[in-house]
Amino acid sequence: MDQATIEKIRNNPKYQKLVKERSSFAWKLTITMLVVYYAFILVIAFSPATLGASMGGITTVGIPVGLAIIVFSFAITGVYVKRANGEFDKLTQEIKEEAGKA
Amino acid sequence: MGKILLALLALAPALMAAGAIEGEVQKQSLNVAAIVMFFIFVAATLGITYWSARRTKTAKDFYTAGGGITGFQNGLAIAGDYMSAASFLGISGLVYLKGYDGLIYSIGFLVGWPVILFMVAERLRNLGKFTFADVASYRLRQTPIRTLAAFGSIATVILYLIAQMVGAGKLIQLLFGMEYEFAVIIVGVLMIIYVTFGGMLATTWVQIIKAILLLSGATFMAFMVMVMSGFSLETLFTHATQIHPKGLEIMAPGGLVSDPISAISLGIALMFGTAGLPHILMRFFTVADAKEARKSVFYATGFIGYFYLLTFIIGFGAIVLVSQNPQYLDAAQKILGGNNMAAIHLSHAVGGDLFLGFISAVAFATILAVVSGLTLAGASAISHDLYASVLQKGNADQQKEIKVSKYATVALGIIAIILGIMFEKQNIAFMVGLAFAIAASANFPILFLSMFWKNLTTRGAVIGGSLGLATAVLLVILGPIVWVDILGNAQAIFPYKYPALFSVIIAFVGIWFFSITDKSGDAEKEKEAYEAQFIRSQTGIGAEGASAH
Repeated sequence: MDQATIEKIRNNPKYQKLVKERSSFAWKLTITMLVVYYAFILVIAFSPATLGASMGGITTVGIPVGLAIIVFSFAITGVYVKRANGEFDKLTQEIKEEAGKA
Repeated sequence: MGKILLALLALAPALMAAGAIEGEVQKQSLNVAAIVMFFIFVAATLGITYWSARRTKTAKDFYTAGGGITGFQNGLAIAGDYMSAASFLGISGLVYLKGYDGLIYSIGFLVGWPVILFMVAERLRNLGKFTFADVASYRLRQTPIRTLAAFGSIATVILYLIAQMVGAGKLIQLLFGMEYEFAVIIVGVLMIIYVTFGGMLATTWVQIIKAILLLSGATFMAFMVMVMSGFSLETLFTHATQIHPKGLEIMAPGGLVSDPISAISLGIALMFGTAGLPHILMRFFTVADAKEARKSVFYATGFIGYFYLLTFIIGFGAIVLVSQNPQYLDAAQKILGGNNMAAIHLSHAVGGDLFLGFISAVAFATILAVVSGLTLAGASAISHDLYASVLQKGNADQQKEIKVSKYATVALGIIAIILGIMFEKQNIAFMVGLAFAIAASANFPILFLSMFWKNLTTRGAVIGGSLGLATAVLLVILGPIVWVDILGNAQAIFPYKYPALFSVIIAFVGIWFFSITDKSGDAEKEKEAYEAQFIRSQTGIGAEGASAH
């Protein structure tokens, strides 16, 4: 990439928007995932009885919680992919066209 | 019993990710259905290899299948790479033995994937060509960074391979009634054939087929268990807790993760380790663009998550259907072949001899798929990073580079066979743990900071990465698994089984410190080159496309 193209892209407000929004979105989702997982781990380490509490029958609170984390991990990747493959890719395409690199 | 539990805990993550069967195993009588189905699998995969070989001409074809794999296919292949025989047998065995704790492990193996998607996948795709070292060395000095990255890759691959080979030998001995050495040689030879002739294209399809077979087989087993329980988890749990010697305890966390340091350290090893495994990272170069790379992770996470849900049901199903059935127990009322055989016996309980044969063949196929991916990644580090970039300074002839890669594959295959046989009776539990620790402490920090931090310099990356690698190795040796269990000392010098928390911090701090204090002219140029790299990583301008055919 030559210096002129770099300048052009760097000064394109769409590029600035893309970088800012995607990066903040990715970090937010990452932190959400980390909080969910480490909250689970810390409950296991400090208060395992919470997850072992009965939900009326034999099934314990830990079962829906565990299954929910698995489903959540999948769902959160879906959330990212939907926005990235739609909104962000559209923006990227426009940036490339404006830089004459599409 | 208590001792077995302890041993299992010590092996835990290693066990999940690698060698399915530990310790002595009994050779079974020849299982004809399994062998027939295995031959069908081998014939089909060799057919695919032949087909792939005719389409594998350039280096790009060999390393990345021409970059034309779709996101959905790649998602299946990633799942095929990640769901080893041991995560199938090991996690269902852990659920069978301890109930809820098995679920905790599965979750640890899953949560790294969303983070890989948000942080790594698309930048990696936009910057890289064949190996993750392409990305790490994008704006840094080629020779030192590639050498370190190749070293990290090869170490990870060989440790992982040994664990897989030993697990494979024992599993096959148990399932098919073959000699251990014979089983290891068959695995090694088939893997050499797939990779040398069919390259990434054959490896990918072997993984896709294996993933479909494994998911179908596990779905059938879980379905039969749910039929038996009237599609009520509550009924399944009620039956299981009535039978299981630990009773209601299997419904709650049972001390698998006891102290917070170990818990966090294990979490870091699993998360960052997954994001630093060369054979996993390499898969992102097989798709056309960032869009497909993202889809790959979406599908992979779905398949892997679904698979862990199944293993949980399978483990509980085995408690109900296997643990009381004298057909599957030895004289001491223990399950034949050990806890990791729970899923295998369950397959017989729900589907008879034929389905047992199917699941056994799938387990074998699973091992083949995982070792093929590993070997290809190791061979690429040798041919693309060491030979073409370091020795030939990037001017290697493409056909020669492919040739080197094939020689490297054969060499790695032979090394894997020899080490697999040598380590038959050794305690290999630490190996996958160490592989994950090296991936998390050397490969991942360099890769991550090269993409995210402008001020990274060659000096920082090399010194910090080496520190991380050395710390990981040292702490594993001084830790309880090697220092106490293998070397027989009374007390571990380093008290934790998982060093990642410490070695990853050392790597990051080392890289940071030796980068910011680097005042050389090269360092300035490397920082200046960050912006062009960053723009490419964000927009994909200049990224490798798919080849035309």
